[in-house]
Amino acid sequence: MNSKTLLYILKRIILAIITVWVVITVTFFVMHAVPGGPFVGEKATSPAAMAQLEAKYGLDKPLMEQYVTYLKDAVHLDFGPSLKQRGRQVTDIIMDGMKTSAKLGIIAAFSALIVGVILGSVAALRRNKFIDKLIMVITTAFVSMPSFIIGSLLLIVFAIKLMIVPANGSTPQGLILPIITLSLYPMAYITRLTRSSMLDVLGQDYIRTAKAKGVSGPKIIFGHALKNSLIPVITYFGPMLAYIVTGSLVVEQIFAVPGIGRAFVNSITGRDYTLIMGTTIILATLIVIMNLVSDIMYKIVDPRITLE
Amino acid sequence: MTEKKFPAPLSMHVDLNDFIPATDEEKEYLVQMRPSSTFFKDGVKRLIKNKVAFISLIVIVLITIASIVIPLFWPYSYDNQLGVQPGKPVDASYNNLKPFEYGRTEQAQIEAGEKVFPHIFGTDSAGRDYFIRVVYGTRISLAVGFFASIIVLVIGMTMGSIAGYLGGKVDLIIMRIVDVIYSLPDMLMVILLAAVMNQRIGPMIEGTVLAKIGANILSLFITFALLYWVSMSRLIRGQILSLREQEYVLAAQATGAKGTWIITKHLIPNSISVVIISTALQIPNAIFTESFLSFLGLGVNAPMPSLGSLASDALNGMTTYPYRLVIPAIVISLIVLGLNLLGDGLRDAFDPKLNK
Repeated sequence: MNSKTLLYILKRIILAIITVWVVITVTFFVMHAVPGGPFVGEKATSPAAMAQLEAKYGLDKPLMEQYVTYLKDAVHLDFGPSLKQRGRQVTDIIMDGMKTSAKLGIIAAFSALIVGVILGSVAALRRNKFIDKLIMVITTAFVSMPSFIIGSLLLIVFAIKLMIVPANGSTPQGLILPIITLSLYPMAYITRLTRSSMLDVLGQDYIRTAKAKGVSGPKIIFGHALKNSLIPVITYFGPMLAYIVTGSLVVEQIFAVPGIGRAFVNSITGRDYTLIMGTTIILATLIVIMNLVSDIMYKIVDPRITLE
Repeated sequence: MTEKKFPAPLSMHVDLNDFIPATDEEKEYLVQMRPSSTFFKDGVKRLIKNKVAFISLIVIVLITIASIVIPLFWPYSYDNQLGVQPGKPVDASYNNLKPFEYGRTEQAQIEAGEKVFPHIFGTDSAGRDYFIRVVYGTRISLAVGFFASIIVLVIGMTMGSIAGYLGGKVDLIIMRIVDVIYSLPDMLMVILLAAVMNQRIGPMIEGTVLAKIGANILSLFITFALLYWVSMSRLIRGQILSLREQEYVLAAQATGAKGTWIITKHLIPNSISVVIISTALQIPNAIFTESFLSFLGLGVNAPMPSLGSLASDALNGMTTYPYRLVIPAIVISLIVLGLNLLGDGLRDAFDPKLNK
């Protein structure tokens, strides 16, 4: 690793930190721009009780002071108490939801990766044959379907009509459909990505050299082609995580999975402001970090890539 | 051909042979074998040859025309609750009709020999004709996608050209802002902004023309304007930077072309195809986002339907009326798929640099 790479990594880390700070700031000020504050709309509260509530949550202090306090607490992952779920800390709610959501997301990501790479390689090696065209048609269809539609259709067919799997996502079997729903889009994307990069690699000189030297077919594919064509797939790790996080919002809603996505959606409809802020910041940070990691990995793995 | 006599070197005499009328044979060289083709004509030809893209184009055009024309003559409207007649008790027989079923009073009309316009997709739980709701939802989704992309285009083009044209510090600042916005998790920010802006804008626009569009749609537009201009501005800046260095621009400058001439004759024609294609690809993106937000209850205001909100409403009665979910799902997928394939086709047809 030369100094140029290090400089690039440093720049990316600084950018990531700034991004997270922007997210926290935007979230904070946007939330405080809501007219009437978080307690309006609840059952009629007397002015005295209102003042007491605001004092309890520190809402009576000047905005900048609240902001600085919030920033400090956010760094320590302390987002204060939930406004609607009495007696629970936002951090605890998020950690609770994370357990299920992380399981869901990680399984979905890995199945998408494995299936996608296999399908993509098959399509590239059988270019313009029937199987290639079939794979491309199917993946194009999946890329064009919003996750909530795929999820609902799967729910109708497999849980309600065929009754193979439970419709409720709170049991382990119930996670099968949400995982499939979440993984279909990244799977389709990875398939297309692998196919095009594999085609690119197969046209390279070193593949021809290997062939000319008499290296066997499987050895070329697994030893040379596959390894090199997976490099662009690394760049998709970040966006894939972002997709899975946002996709889980609707998927958890459809299948009633007790995860962080559902907590987030419920906090929006229930106007639980501290929970909205906490979840946004945690999820956004997760996505930013993942983007950072996949970008840096990309530069390290492929030394040919020129750094800006 | 008449023989050409070589004039004596350095002779100032006019060579009369130069003024002999051209023979037929010579004229033939100047006849156009085929009419000269413009870049645009070539592109259209390539687009029509591309079957997938052409079919997508036809599908998109048909859906668009249908969504505009059908509401004009359809006897029901999207918010008309058929069971609710002024001065009469609510007729619940109109709610949740299956396709081609009729409400009680309509059945009486049919028995009396009158013709009643059928409810092709039945009615929804509030007794509204579902077909017209789907058509109207399609119209809303298409319009949202289209206008959101236009907004993105305008803002992105302005910022991108400023950054590319001025360069220096302005460029640096704009590009750092772009970097930060680009790395923001867009969907989370969209949800957050849409959730809050609804409540902020709602009272502000009451009574104005904007109220008709609805606070939710407006906040969707604003979030799009705030977040999605960055990739467009990057694209345009890159185009300007690379085009500025091209030899033909230098050649035009050398022959004394003015700035406006270079911009209108060289810069715009050479970058317009890229811009149009990425705008076309932005539309399905916006439709996707709108349906996603509608699904979470942050999209269009009821009773106005959009494809996303129709699908989301249909989730409640999914076991009994699965078609209510399947129909908007198919329409969304058709539109998004069609626009994506069309965008790819446009790119193949109009981006000369991609031609192999």
